[in-house]
Amino acid sequence: MFTDWMEKYEYIIELGKDLPLIDERYKVDENLIRGCQSRVWLYAERMESGRIHFTADSDAIITKGLVALVIRVLGDQKPGDISEADLHFVKDVGLHEHLSPTRSNGLASMIKQMKMYGLAYAQK
Amino acid sequence: MELATFTDIQKLRKQFPILHQQVNGYPLVYLDNAATTQKPLSVINAIDDYYKRYNANIHRGAHHLANIATEAFEEVRSKTKSFLNASETSEIIFTSGTTDAINLVAQTWGRKNLQPGDEILVSMLEHHSNIVPWQLIAEEKGASLKVIPLTGSGEWDLSAIDSLLSSKTKLVAVNHVSNALGTINPIKTLIDKAHAIGAMILIDGAQAVAHFPVDVRALDCDFYCYSAHKMFGPTGTGVLYGKKELLEAMPPYRGGGEMISSVSFEKTTYNELPHKFEAGTPNIEGVIAMGAALDFIHSLDWSAMEQHEQELLSYATDKLSAISGLRIYGTAQHKVGVISFLVGDLHPYDVGTLLDKQGVAVRTGHHCTEPLWNFCKVTGSVRISFSVYNTIEEVDAFIAALHKTLSILK
Repeated sequence: MFTDWMEKYEYIIELGKDLPLIDERYKVDENLIRGCQSRVWLYAERMESGRIHFTADSDAIITKGLVALVIRVLGDQKPGDISEADLHFVKDVGLHEHLSPTRSNGLASMIKQMKMYGLAYAQK
Repeated sequence: MELATFTDIQKLRKQFPILHQQVNGYPLVYLDNAATTQKPLSVINAIDDYYKRYNANIHRGAHHLANIATEAFEEVRSKTKSFLNASETSEIIFTSGTTDAINLVAQTWGRKNLQPGDEILVSMLEHHSNIVPWQLIAEEKGASLKVIPLTGSGEWDLSAIDSLLSSKTKLVAVNHVSNALGTINPIKTLIDKAHAIGAMILIDGAQAVAHFPVDVRALDCDFYCYSAHKMFGPTGTGVLYGKKELLEAMPPYRGGGEMISSVSFEKTTYNELPHKFEAGTPNIEGVIAMGAALDFIHSLDWSAMEQHEQELLSYATDKLSAISGLRIYGTAQHKVGVISFLVGDLHPYDVGTLLDKQGVAVRTGHHCTEPLWNFCKVTGSVRISFSVYNTIEEVDAFIAALHKTLSILK
């Protein structure tokens, strides 16, 4: 998909600029996903359609881009689809290294949290 | 003394197999030596050799292999005694590392000697490992922590020390060299001041021993500790040096084999130093390989290496200072080869990620010194740290990679 790493990261950083930003009032510890280094805030709300709308932010711009990428896929979906989602695409675009639980950008924890939201809303 | 030449360094690098590889299509530039140094072949081979030729449990077997292993293990204690210029081998306790050594002192010396109202003095530069063990025992004993503040250059504010030391101070626990900023602290001054008021002093030497010689008798510190893996040795081993009379008066810490003299359900008596503090089968291959690391260090020309490292430090400092918007944290007069920095408002994680894409290994984050970064009013930094095998060419490669990183992030 990308010819070199620079293009890939420039693309990720661009994606971050379109991230649906979390409202400042929700940018609190309760919505903080703890990664070791960069911080990610995530907020979920159920729309009238029953789908879940995610907003988020991060203090690191690469993480922000990766978060935007995941929200593009999991955002505005039905709760059950979110909890069951297969994130194979991440591997396909060569970004799986960022998703391993040992990586310190908190992204793996974020996806887990999104799926938890999906599961919780699916049962309501 | 001759300055280490380019050929010397290339010869030295040949001893480190890991350095000769490509990472993400670029030659590896390893600048995370304060986290752990790489290992020379002699250290790697020592582990291999132990398991191939003389693996046996030590101190108790009456057979041939046990005797060779015990001898090799105890020989490292003698080498360590010489390395630190301690008085006796019984003053050298093998631990799993610096953290383990500090916890040992906190849980034995601290448990026995601390009283409600007592104070432990640390500094703002401490690694969490030299804060949390003291907090745990202080909470249990009703003691409290006091903190030596810093100046803007990342050095102890010496003018504050006298007012922080009092008859309540029972122990001072500070690092010799700051892992986050590289500051070499004036520990001799503090050791003398601590002793003048009757306090004990522990030095965390984790970041010092791979950079310059340490003489515990000249320093007159009560405890000194370090990890093997930051000085070319394996992980999971380290050393606690303590003055013999202090170690003898300290109660045992962990119970188990090795540390006993005799056991019965009515009364157990404890082994003599140093075994009293080495319960269970130790990390035998680790200690033996730590001995090989000491031999490697002895093979180096220390003054040439110190000079080489200072050359790398000043070259990199100049190059970094020329980058617009870059701030260096820690500008002490006496530093080892460590530079912590931030560029503009860029997150260290972003910078570290893109440097890694170009084969450059750096550390990003708080480096286990959160109180220091709170004091600096940032959440962390990008840190580069040098070892003897780093070259000026690697600094150039790092600077070029940093420029590329900044062009992508800005």
